[in-house]
Amino acid sequence: MSTLLDYRRLAQGIDPPYDHGAYASTHKRAPKRPLIRIAHTLSEITGPRLGAELVGAADADLTRFAGGEALGERIVVTGRVLDEDGRPVPNALVEIWQANSAGRYAHDVDQHDAPLDPHFSGVGRVATSVDGVYRFATIKPAAYPWKNHYNAWRPQHIHFSLFGPGFATRLITQMYFPGDPLLELDPIYQSVPDPEARERLVCAFDIEATIPERALGYRFDIVLRGRNATPHERGTDGDVR
Amino acid sequence: MSRRVTPSQTIGPFFDRALLHEGWNDLAALGAAGERVAIEGRVLDGDGAPVSDAMVEIWQANAAGRYDHPEDLQGEDRRERPLDPHFHGFGRTATSPDGRFRLRTVKPGPVPGSDDAPQAPHINVSIFARGLLKRLVTRIYFPGEPLNEADPLLSALPAGRRAMLIARVADGGAAERVLHFDIVLQGDNETVFLDV
Repeated sequence: MSTLLDYRRLAQGIDPPYDHGAYASTHKRAPKRPLIRIAHTLSEITGPRLGAELVGAADADLTRFAGGEALGERIVVTGRVLDEDGRPVPNALVEIWQANSAGRYAHDVDQHDAPLDPHFSGVGRVATSVDGVYRFATIKPAAYPWKNHYNAWRPQHIHFSLFGPGFATRLITQMYFPGDPLLELDPIYQSVPDPEARERLVCAFDIEATIPERALGYRFDIVLRGRNATPHERGTDGDVR
Repeated sequence: MSRRVTPSQTIGPFFDRALLHEGWNDLAALGAAGERVAIEGRVLDGDGAPVSDAMVEIWQANAAGRYDHPEDLQGEDRRERPLDPHFHGFGRTATSPDGRFRLRTVKPGPVPGSDDAPQAPHINVSIFARGLLKRLVTRIYFPGEPLNEADPLLSALPAGRRAMLIARVADGGAAERVLHFDIVLQGDNETVFLDV
């Protein structure tokens, strides 16, 4: 088993820290002790294989729900799920959720005084193709206020959840829209230290993905961790192994 | 072509309808082979207050110590570790308003470690929540397990920290062993979290 190829560690500045002062909810939830870094074993290299078998025919279209059309600006979001070497991640489950066109989630905890849309659930599922391509149709979510600080507003965003090939590649993230003035002020978006890494969370308008007379298209590629090219030498990295 | 990794962002508080599905908290429901175990616990914050909006996911080998994944090739030359058609090893649940979670599964068998040293039976855990900008990872080990002594991770930890990764025996029903495992995000009893 020592020939298993482990997943690459992330470069500094890509993932946010646990403790991020500007985001109040981190204050009591961020661990204070350093994490224990462990070498990858079968436990980290393997992972759940969830794909197309979990996706129903209507799950990729959020523009219709409960027998009617959702209100708001229709959009298409498409892209590829790749690893760091540019290899597609095929048949991978992508789960998404978002607020409606008024900035309200269909969720009991969301008390924002904006209308619910009975024809928008804000929930979708797709699986990537053999080329790693996913695509869904939805309504552009609106910004909404939250209580992090005075006059705090979340930029327009869509939540994404992905597994990739192993336990080590699990990712939950958020996709943002280009040109949103709230990005500058958002502690969650700004928690990513490296500005270039942060910008990878912003999708791009794409005329090729745009459907004439129907919906604007946005492209958002998602890159998961790749593999090291050679097995680690024993005991050279300080990892618990 | 080389690409750069997409950063993590918090799951936020509104994931339920998208991510929670009936039955995903019971890994043994299909009739898996092995010893039935229920794992229950609480997710607590730095004030000891319950975290009512966390998602807990688990990933584990089957009772024979085999992961349901193409890269676990143990079975090719070691037929004693077969796949179980009734067990896939993935579970997901969320905490209740008082911070509690409960999963049903089977006790996994031991799996090889990075240098072929066996690892004691364990369950891999991911925790997501509002206020966690990236997931937390830990492991649940089993009480009274002889292989714990030689497990590479457990034996690298000081005794007090080691004990925190081993579930406690709780009062159970007749049908299954019940184990208790709290996840403390911050503070004196902070759970041992792993950088994977």
